[in-house]
Amino acid sequence: MTDAMPVGERPQLAPPVVDAGALGWMRKNLFSSWGNGITTVVLALVFGWLLSWFLNWALFTATFTAATGAECRGHGACWALIHEKYRYIFFGSFPYEQHWRPLFAVIAMLAMLVLSSDRRMWNKRLIAIWGVGSFVTFLLMFGQIHISISLILFVALLAGGLGMILRGALATPAEINGWRALAAIGAIGLVLRITGVLPAWSLAIAPFSYVETGLWGGIPVTIILATYGLLFAFPFGILLALGRRSHLPLIKGLCVGFIELIRGVPLISLLIMASVMLPLFLPSGMTFDKFLRAQVAVILFAGAYIAEIVRGGLQSLPKGQFEAADAMGLNYVQKTAFIILPQALRVVIPPLINTFIGFFKDTSLVLIIGIFDFLNTANQALVDPNWAGFPGEVYLFAAFVYFCFCYSMSRYSKWLEIELNKGTRR
Amino acid sequence: MAVETLGSPTKVKVSPWNDPVIRGWVFQIVVVGLVGLLAYFLVSNTVENLQRQKIASGFHYLEREAGFEIGDTMIAYSPASTYARAILVGMLNTLKVAVLGIIMATILGTLIGVGRLSPNWLLAKICEGYVEMFRNVPLLLWLFLIYKLISEAFPGPRQAINVLNSFFLSNRGLYFPVPLADPIHQWMGVALLIGIVAIFFVKRWAKKRQDATGQPFPTILAGVGLVLGLPIVVWLLGGAPHHMSWPELKGFNFEGGTVIQPEFTALLVGLVLYTSAFVAEIVRSGILALNKGQTEAASALGLSRAHVMRLVLLPQALRIIVPPMTSQYLNITKNSSLAIAIGYPDLVASVNVTINQTGQAIENILIIMAAYLSVSLSISAFMNWYNKRIALRER
Amino acid sequence: MTKIALAAAIGLATMLASGSALAGKDLDAIKARGAVICGVPTGIAGFAVADSQGKWVGLDVDVCRAVSAAIFGESDKVKYVPLTSQQRFTALQSGEVDLLSNNTTITLQRDTALGLDFTAITYYDGQGFMVNKKLGVKSAKELNGATVCVAPGTTTELNLADYFRANKMSFKPVVIEKVEEIRAAFFSGRCDVYTTDVSSLAATRAANVPPPATPEDFVVLPEIISKEPLGPMVRHGDNQFADIVRWAQYAMMEAEEYGITSKNVDEMLKSENPTIKRILGVTPGMGKALGVDEKWVYNIVKQVGNYGESYDKHVGPNSLLKIDRGVNKLWTQGGLQYAPPIR
Repeated sequence: MTDAMPVGERPQLAPPVVDAGALGWMRKNLFSSWGNGITTVVLALVFGWLLSWFLNWALFTATFTAATGAECRGHGACWALIHEKYRYIFFGSFPYEQHWRPLFAVIAMLAMLVLSSDRRMWNKRLIAIWGVGSFVTFLLMFGQIHISISLILFVALLAGGLGMILRGALATPAEINGWRALAAIGAIGLVLRITGVLPAWSLAIAPFSYVETGLWGGIPVTIILATYGLLFAFPFGILLALGRRSHLPLIKGLCVGFIELIRGVPLISLLIMASVMLPLFLPSGMTFDKFLRAQVAVILFAGAYIAEIVRGGLQSLPKGQFEAADAMGLNYVQKTAFIILPQALRVVIPPLINTFIGFFKDTSLVLIIGIFDFLNTANQALVDPNWAGFPGEVYLFAAFVYFCFCYSMSRYSKWLEIELNKGTRR
Repeated sequence: MAVETLGSPTKVKVSPWNDPVIRGWVFQIVVVGLVGLLAYFLVSNTVENLQRQKIASGFHYLEREAGFEIGDTMIAYSPASTYARAILVGMLNTLKVAVLGIIMATILGTLIGVGRLSPNWLLAKICEGYVEMFRNVPLLLWLFLIYKLISEAFPGPRQAINVLNSFFLSNRGLYFPVPLADPIHQWMGVALLIGIVAIFFVKRWAKKRQDATGQPFPTILAGVGLVLGLPIVVWLLGGAPHHMSWPELKGFNFEGGTVIQPEFTALLVGLVLYTSAFVAEIVRSGILALNKGQTEAASALGLSRAHVMRLVLLPQALRIIVPPMTSQYLNITKNSSLAIAIGYPDLVASVNVTINQTGQAIENILIIMAAYLSVSLSISAFMNWYNKRIALRER
Repeated sequence: MTKIALAAAIGLATMLASGSALAGKDLDAIKARGAVICGVPTGIAGFAVADSQGKWVGLDVDVCRAVSAAIFGESDKVKYVPLTSQQRFTALQSGEVDLLSNNTTITLQRDTALGLDFTAITYYDGQGFMVNKKLGVKSAKELNGATVCVAPGTTTELNLADYFRANKMSFKPVVIEKVEEIRAAFFSGRCDVYTTDVSSLAATRAANVPPPATPEDFVVLPEIISKEPLGPMVRHGDNQFADIVRWAQYAMMEAEEYGITSKNVDEMLKSENPTIKRILGVTPGMGKALGVDEKWVYNIVKQVGNYGESYDKHVGPNSLLKIDRGVNKLWTQGGLQYAPPIR
């Protein structure tokens, strides 16, 4: 006989207790088999013990404020050391009263990076963002900027030349003449400047007191080395990658040799080379700021790595793109700039961000040549004999700061990868 | 109607300026010329600066007496040895760290990468935490932290932690007894090599037998037995000499036995933990990139999870894993140069001291670059060979 | 493409040429810059240490200040660059610093092969050993098998190896570049012995012992195993600058020999003694020969003090370090400091 109630009216029974909710989840994920269950129990015990010990040391018995190191000793973590020295750790030997300057410089750079991460800004606005942001950053850090006329003329020449070549067959004669004029001003001006007809003049912007790079330290140094290292390495790496794929044997040989040479040696040896050998390479009397030497070494190193990544991106493009561009009559520069690079760079953005994260961490190596990046200032904070004996606290604090930066960047990179692939996933 | 024969296409007359071949060569010559000019500028400045400051040149200093002591050496070295020997000691230390680091990081990284894919939520999350923690903090910071922990956590040699009166753990390192040198050891080494070679033959034979009759053979166990057993048999045949060199506290330090020093330990542990996080990610993404059907089919066949991973997934994932793994191996080798920050005498540290004592920066830096380049190129060459060997052979 | 490359080359050359070029000899560069860049140790009490306001004080610092007073008339026109033992020579060779006042021992190798020159000896020192009293060691000959902390790239490292070899002893080195970390390793017990110049050992013992330990827990062993004449260094090439540095040092010793101190230098200006008149520039000629102001010695003594005052203030028996003058006395008192006459 059929049931008294028709099917639709049967009350829905709840699933068995051990299958649903928290118990069900635990059963599936933690205790699905004997092996699994034992693993869970062992891990929970070990990890729980470690965690409780750590929390006890770091929070429950820790000292958060103290006048001297002696008070802090003996029990728990001494976070008072951080409270005492955090300004030195973050900003190094920058003049104490003017710490707001590197603070705002860091904010400016972070703002630049955050704005650049927004895809709506991926057009000519990027140049504006980076131009203004860099200007503000260096004005705050140096205090005084002198823009020499040769630099202005050189930029004019570069812009004019690029404009002429990129817009070669695509622009109105008026526009082409505009680019030509710009390049001509740049070229003639430079010639006049070199021959000495034009005097050495520079635009001086000096709102604050001058702080030399030897006094910079902490977070601004780390961010500047990483950001501007990669910013300048980026076009350099693209040129190397294009050169490596070139059909001209000499160019290809030069690029391959450079890339393999730089990638085969550790960054430390390049930093030591830059700080020791670069001065020997220059004519006597000319010296290179130590910070600039480290920056150049980072740029060279990053350029080789970026070249390999971009080469991977270039290799992923179908040959048809190149052939169609040639068929349309675009010259090499136009083909590369308008067709090839936009597609190739799109593919390699996530690996590039991973490279940036890697270099952000690698800037800590400049400690070896005596530049006070964030890790070095943290290390120096340990030196004070009054506060000696708390390496764990300082290093954990530094690790925490690095972790915050790098983790957020890597999460961004993962998000970006998903976003960029939305169009290609089925 | 006459059929027009197509002869060779008529060459269009182009002015030399527009001929791509000629333009290519002009461009190359200009670029090489500029690079050459730059090189000439740098080299002439260097020569002039060296002469002006009367800094010595040439590699003759390599034969001079070094004069400094090195704390951790694999070969015999004394302050009376030459600079060349000091640099060789540094090079061997670098290789020691690099090889051990590569092996241990691969094993640990694979375990963690596989662990991250485990169905046990707790295990997966712990592995994920491990990976994120080590990937997002600079290696130098880990080295400092680990070195400080090791050197401050352990007591001095007079209060060393004593295990069985043979193992001593102190802030000078871990001392343990080693067998005294004996001629039988050479024969044991030969037996070891024979054992390793025998493994290949056993593996081939076992595979043939399995293909023919379907019976599996415990190759791994047999391999371990051969590699361990043959030398032990030789040792027993040689009369089982068991004279050991025991570490004893004499005065300031332990004499006898052998030691693993804190600097070496900190460097190796730091490198292995750091790189294993990257290896774990590579292994994980390699396995995830495989077709899900492979896992499902293997499970449907009744293979256990361990067998699925070992026999089906990892061999296929190897193709995806090997290229990024190559760059991680290169990274370990290059990152070992961070030894200079914690006082381990590797190549860069030795050369740095030489630069300071002799003043000849350029020759020494060339030595560093040549050494690292040759190691990097050998590792790349070997991995490329391996990559080609396991590549899918397509039509 | 070629146009751009060519323009780039010209632009680069122009920028480099007009940017940081300070062509010419070291002295011209220093005068143009308006300050002497001085390389000093990263932190040795009594010789070069930055106090909490960031002001550098010490014996090595006083040499820099004397040079600044000689060239510019004011002793504070100095920029201090802290350098480790590994960085110091390359910093001087590369032009990063003009003058290295870094507790550097004068050796033949350094005077020749490194392309650097020594001027005068600031401090006659020797190398010694410091151990924890708990080890119960009374002499350096009992140190067989010890672990020794030492800085790389120093004569200390080489002398240490030679001494142990000569006495048929062995040791295990712990080589650390930063002096702060060497101290940390020594005080934490990683090494049994700390070896460096006796003056630096005294400084470390007086100023850097971390609590709860006290200076009395450590003892400097009596053996002095080497000669360590410490003096400033300059680059080969600019003899005039080297002369100024050398004679600034000698001026401080001459001032002490003739009893000129920072307190009485103004009265000494009125002295009738022809030697004093010549030294202080009342009789002109010396300053012009050196290429500096005639009042160079006056400025040095007034702002920095004479050698004795400098020594007493920083390392003498009444200072933190409590080092007796010993061989650093003037020759008139039986020591080794002998300045050639300023005439």
